[in-house]
Amino acid sequence: MRGIALLTLLVAAPVAAQDAMPPAPYAYRQLDDPAQEAVAQDLMETLRCLKCQSQSIADSDAPMAGDMRHQVRIRIAAGEKPEAVRGWLMDRYGNYVSYSPALNTSTWPLFAIPGALALLAGALLFRRFRRQR
Amino acid sequence: MIAELGLAALWLAAALAFLQMVAGALALRTGPDGEIAQISRPSAVVQGTLALVSFLALLYVFAVTDLSVELVAANSHSMKPWIYKVSGAWGNHEGSMLLWVTVMALSGALIALVEKRLPERTMQATLAAQGFVALGFYAFLLLSSNPFARLEPAAAEGLGLNPLLQDIGLALHPPTLYLGYVGLSVAFSFAVGALITREVTPDFARVMRPWVLVAWVFLTLGITAGSYWAYYELGWGGWWFWDPVENASLMPWLAATALLHSVSVLASRDALRVWTIMLGVVAFSMSMVGTFLVRSGILTSVHAFAVDPERGTFILFLLAIYIGGALLLFALRASTIAEGKRFAVASREGALVVNNVMLSAILAIVLLGTLYPLLTEAFDVRVSVGPPYFNPVSAIFAIPMFAIMAVGPLLRWRRDRWGRIGKEVVLIGALLIAGLTAIGLLADIAFLPLLGLAFALTLGIASFLPLRGRRLLKTPLATWGMVIAHFGIAVALFGMASESAFSTERLAALQAGQDTTVGPWRVRLAAVEPQAGPNWTALAGRMVVRYEGDAPVEIAPMARSFWAPAQQTTESELVTRWNGQLYAVLGGEAQDGRWQIRLWWKPFVTFIWYGGGLIALGGVLSLIGRVVGDIKRRRVRRRVDERREDAEAFA
Repeated sequence: MRGIALLTLLVAAPVAAQDAMPPAPYAYRQLDDPAQEAVAQDLMETLRCLKCQSQSIADSDAPMAGDMRHQVRIRIAAGEKPEAVRGWLMDRYGNYVSYSPALNTSTWPLFAIPGALALLAGALLFRRFRRQR
Repeated sequence: MIAELGLAALWLAAALAFLQMVAGALALRTGPDGEIAQISRPSAVVQGTLALVSFLALLYVFAVTDLSVELVAANSHSMKPWIYKVSGAWGNHEGSMLLWVTVMALSGALIALVEKRLPERTMQATLAAQGFVALGFYAFLLLSSNPFARLEPAAAEGLGLNPLLQDIGLALHPPTLYLGYVGLSVAFSFAVGALITREVTPDFARVMRPWVLVAWVFLTLGITAGSYWAYYELGWGGWWFWDPVENASLMPWLAATALLHSVSVLASRDALRVWTIMLGVVAFSMSMVGTFLVRSGILTSVHAFAVDPERGTFILFLLAIYIGGALLLFALRASTIAEGKRFAVASREGALVVNNVMLSAILAIVLLGTLYPLLTEAFDVRVSVGPPYFNPVSAIFAIPMFAIMAVGPLLRWRRDRWGRIGKEVVLIGALLIAGLTAIGLLADIAFLPLLGLAFALTLGIASFLPLRGRRLLKTPLATWGMVIAHFGIAVALFGMASESAFSTERLAALQAGQDTTVGPWRVRLAAVEPQAGPNWTALAGRMVVRYEGDAPVEIAPMARSFWAPAQQTTESELVTRWNGQLYAVLGGEAQDGRWQIRLWWKPFVTFIWYGGGLIALGGVLSLIGRVVGDIKRRRVRRRVDERREDAEAFA
């Protein structure tokens, strides 16, 4: 039932836009369902505002960040999974938009180095304390 | 005239830094009793005085808004409030670098005047290193960022200062961080001096420790203040963004924290010699890396006001010389320095080593996450590394560190048995498990905040265990410092975890007279009224806010428009209670006469900064304890010497 209501909302958005509504009503408006809003909020905090300096779209007054918040909210409201929304935004704006780096050929060191560090730290401590005995 | 005076003083100071470097280096050959060795201390003192003169000249031209000075014209405005005119002197690239060298020169002068504990040869080497570091910064200022350059003809009006920076936060934030960076530069000079003469002794550690402590206290305060500034000024309730500029201040702090613990081990146990020197080099390197990141314009961020590749190259060059040079010296000399006294796993040194390794690993993670996107950008691949990466990855190392931090201070030096502190370990473990289960069952929160809350609870109690069974008034001040700083970590951790777990947000569009709720608060928008300040106009949203059961409070968050330069800012308003903060922001006007309002209820968020304050307080107590102890020791030694002389005279 809610799905249908939200679907109408999605369809109605462009129509409503014609009577002087701002183009992104959900930029500054929360979803009615607190659970969905929480999911949207968590996602927004991990998306970069492309017009700002090191801020997420959840922390910015830039119009583009507002548009993106709107997109995130209506998509979450329509029942999309957060990772699907992230994927959709990454398709449009590139990997740069996501603060959560995906594992791929250009980012693997980000994941390999902490692993190596953990091993190194373990080895360092092991060596240091084994010699004492 | 004043500007030329400042410039002349700066050139002379640079010349004296050169003299100090050469004299100190030559004194290593001629020995500390030679004539040349008499030069370095006075030149350090005069250099400090001249740098201060130069900085005062800059303050003066900013205070009177001398628009014939290029820097003033570019960064100030005659209509600016006086306090921001003065603080604007260091709110720009050139001025902040001048502040940096001034503080550095003054610290050089201070060690030249009072430090008599080290062997004179090590002191000469230290002063030479200090002169060498200072010289690079003077060259940078004089050759590529002259703060006193004249503008011909003088400007009719200044361009103004970024309104985001017109804030008391700005007046205090950069100088605090710079004091921290500079403290680490002194520690670095000591480390290099000791490395050159191979005198890595507990005495050396005792001399270096106050500087590390000072640096660490100021870095702590600087980061805490910077985070609070971002929190209330940016208007969205975020307090840490893992922004490269924030990371640039966090990395020296992590290194300084590790160094602080390591230098304490060296001072009291004569162990970890090489490790301490290494951390001394790393800590200053991190300050330099931070300066490079912020000053080179390599990042696009509020802080990076120097967008000039020439300067970037210059700093990179300095970075290469100092860090490369220090690492080379380290590589050559490290093998000739014995490691120091041995210790077992179950000892306080053992716990400190584990913590140092963990801190270094976190430092490496932050460095990696900060530099990696810059690296890929050079190959035209843009990657963002943000909280979803930093939080969990640093937690991998932070969690074991917190666990050890709870237990470590209970252990004895050198060799201990776990059995001796068995009861305490069981108590700490039980607290942790109880915390995890209770909070996990009662509240539906994410895993990291849950861990944070449980560890905050455990650490909060564990941090006081070292005082058990001691007479509190007889406990040394430095021990109190440790206890309070560790407690501060628990408090800050609690604030961070509960902000992340329990914050509630309300975005509403209200007409005057309507109300809404956020968490336990009811908020009524009374009216939206225009207001005017010295260099801005604003709309103020008068709101009556009421915590359930309390008396109503009136607040008025504003949307400000500055006219020089033209820019909008949101001035959030905070209502602080013991159990959290209400954060209110007035947004734009929506259609049909309603106003966008943003509200947050952030339970216990203030504990983040209380914690920061406590950590710094712990550092201050410890510093006082050490310095007072040192002064007493000097007095006793003097008295013993006098008595011996008397006795000899009698004989």
